[in-house]
Amino acid sequence: MSTTTDPQGGSFRLSMLLNDTRYRSMTLQVIAAIILALSLAYLYSNLAANLRAAGLNISFAFLGTPAGYDINQTLIEYDSQSSNLRAAMVGILNTLLVAVLACITATVFGVVAGVLRLSNNWLVRKLMAFYVEIFRNIPVLIWIVIIFTIMIAVMPGPRAFRGDNATSSMLFDLFAFTNRGVYAPGPYFTRGIGGADGSIINWLLVIATLVGSFFVTRKVTERANHVQAETGVRPNTLWTNLAIWFVPIIILMLILGLAWEIPELKGFNFAGGLKIGGPLIALWFALSIYTGAFIAENVRAGIQAVSKGQTEAASALGLRPNRTMSLVVLPQALRVIIPPLISQYLNITKNSSLAIAVGYADITATLGGITLNQTGRAIECVLLLMLFYLVISLIISSVMNVYNNAMKLKER
Amino acid sequence: MNKSVLFGALTIAGLAAGAAAAGTLDDVKARGKLNCGVTTGLVGFAAPDANGEWKGFDVAVCRAVAAAVIGDATAVEFVPTTGKTRFTALASGEIDMLARNTTWTFSRDVDLKFDFVGVNYYDGQGFMVPKELGVSSAKDLDGATVCIQTGTTTELNLADFFRSNNINYEPVPIETNAEAQQQYLAGACDVYTTDASGLAATRATFENPGDHTLLPEIVSKEPLGPLVRHGDSEWGDVVRWTLNALITAEELGVSSANVGEMASGTNNPEVARLLGTEGTLGEMLGLDADWAKRAIETQGNYGEIFAKNIGEETPIGLARGLNAQWTDGGLLYSPPFR
Repeated sequence: MSTTTDPQGGSFRLSMLLNDTRYRSMTLQVIAAIILALSLAYLYSNLAANLRAAGLNISFAFLGTPAGYDINQTLIEYDSQSSNLRAAMVGILNTLLVAVLACITATVFGVVAGVLRLSNNWLVRKLMAFYVEIFRNIPVLIWIVIIFTIMIAVMPGPRAFRGDNATSSMLFDLFAFTNRGVYAPGPYFTRGIGGADGSIINWLLVIATLVGSFFVTRKVTERANHVQAETGVRPNTLWTNLAIWFVPIIILMLILGLAWEIPELKGFNFAGGLKIGGPLIALWFALSIYTGAFIAENVRAGIQAVSKGQTEAASALGLRPNRTMSLVVLPQALRVIIPPLISQYLNITKNSSLAIAVGYADITATLGGITLNQTGRAIECVLLLMLFYLVISLIISSVMNVYNNAMKLKER
Repeated sequence: MNKSVLFGALTIAGLAAGAAAAGTLDDVKARGKLNCGVTTGLVGFAAPDANGEWKGFDVAVCRAVAAAVIGDATAVEFVPTTGKTRFTALASGEIDMLARNTTWTFSRDVDLKFDFVGVNYYDGQGFMVPKELGVSSAKDLDGATVCIQTGTTTELNLADFFRSNNINYEPVPIETNAEAQQQYLAGACDVYTTDASGLAATRATFENPGDHTLLPEIVSKEPLGPLVRHGDSEWGDVVRWTLNALITAEELGVSSANVGEMASGTNNPEVARLLGTEGTLGEMLGLDADWAKRAIETQGNYGEIFAKNIGEETPIGLARGLNAQWTDGGLLYSPPFR
């Protein structure tokens, strides 16, 4: 005789798929999945039928053919005979460049504005509220166009720098601010690997040295913490750290023979040195102040989420307000700030596709713009673009999630 | 679209490639309106005037087709397109035809699956610079910053020209002619390059046109003409022969002034066939007998359209040059109406 009973066994009825909460969610998900699959299949067959009707096909062979057009800002070697794939790479690097720059500055603007918005000073508080509301509520495309237009209209052209009675002059004879961009002295290595022109290896060396210094200083700080925990006396690390930061890099610069190339008027334009193009500046600045306004609100929310008692306790210990903020309030606020911050970084990266409005050669402008247009491969180019933005967004959010996990409240 | 509108609308523009392969003529007749793609604004070729009415050389082609097909030259919905959006607009069926100074090239005709129905303006790429720069040849432009409409053949020609002359330049890609004009006048670029006719048209709108000079070099052939989707030959024929009718009308001396008189009686059999008083050319096209007469009546013949919109009497001031009739030593040559 069996004693185990299964009251539900054998009594499963089809209606339970909808009525029983144990199965309902699964049923609905299966239905949704089928509908989604059918829709996709329908869209695909529609596309295939229409393409066939128009006598077109899908092919990625265009990526290997010469692009035929020039790009005004290239971080890697490129000319009009390079392939469309290389043009896309140029665009990808330009997108990443402006996204990284804008993420950094937007964070700085956001944190400063967010903290100051809670200031006790009425004027500062209102000014920051004004900044946040103005920039948050006007679309970023309009800011990009406004800033670019103002730059073109207000800054002098290179022509104004020419002649004996020039109407403009270079700042300290080093920097030229024109409506085509900012020209600054450009560093190069006279004894670098690969000659005076230098190769990318030189700069990788510089970056490797700086990264090395970063890790060594971190070790020094950890050791100082350790010593402080054991003896109660914190060893002075300032000079050691400064030395670790500066000595290796200075030695490296001397070995490579660092020199500066000053921009000067040659023909139509300034030549030589470092050029930061107008479109990059407009896009970078617009994305920074626009997203900065959002980040400011995140920061304000994060700070206000920290209980007032924490500030009062810090004050009771004799900490000054700015130290209270940086040592007590902000570290706790970070837990609230970081998750929405991830979204803002994603927004910056995606909004950088508005570069097209000012002629900045990002991936949307090269692959999704000129290449698409010159080859007519709209579907292929748009698919690649979607893939690129998807991959970049996923990478950003996973990296930021690692950081979030490191920062979030750990319960034991 | 072949399938339902709902899902068609859900697909992105790029996925909507390939609209109805046939029957554009019927669609246009049934709709009672021609959707015609034009530029976003190039005075003389296609631009809205002070009353918001589209005027210009390319616009006249759209209106002539509308007059021939629908019988009403005003039954045109003008869709402004940029160099980048024009082909998607045509391929997806958003517009029935494109009359937008578009260069007839091999890849556009063959690979992009369009049919160019003819040439309404023989052009070439030129350069415009401010006089004060003191440049007299495009070969002196080493190191210059060049404003260029993106997604055009001029963009590719520009790269080729500077490359073959071994000189450098910095491209400033812009979307529309208006943007180019703004940047050029602000000095954000030294040179503006596009089709010579477009440069002349743009310069005519400047406050001081005399301060700007067109360089002598013409660096490419740019046969500009209207185009339709590949695979709809009936519709292609309608647009092709409407354009030919305008050209032939000038050759045969038929103008908007005398077309009525000629239609009532002429001893030139080709004019009679063109104007539908003899033969069944209109019927063969799927139109009525008066199709060409209406086009010429409302828009004038090719010469009239040229003179009114971009000719030497207008601020744009283009000479006929290559665009003269073959009988006057130009390239305009319409196949016979028989």
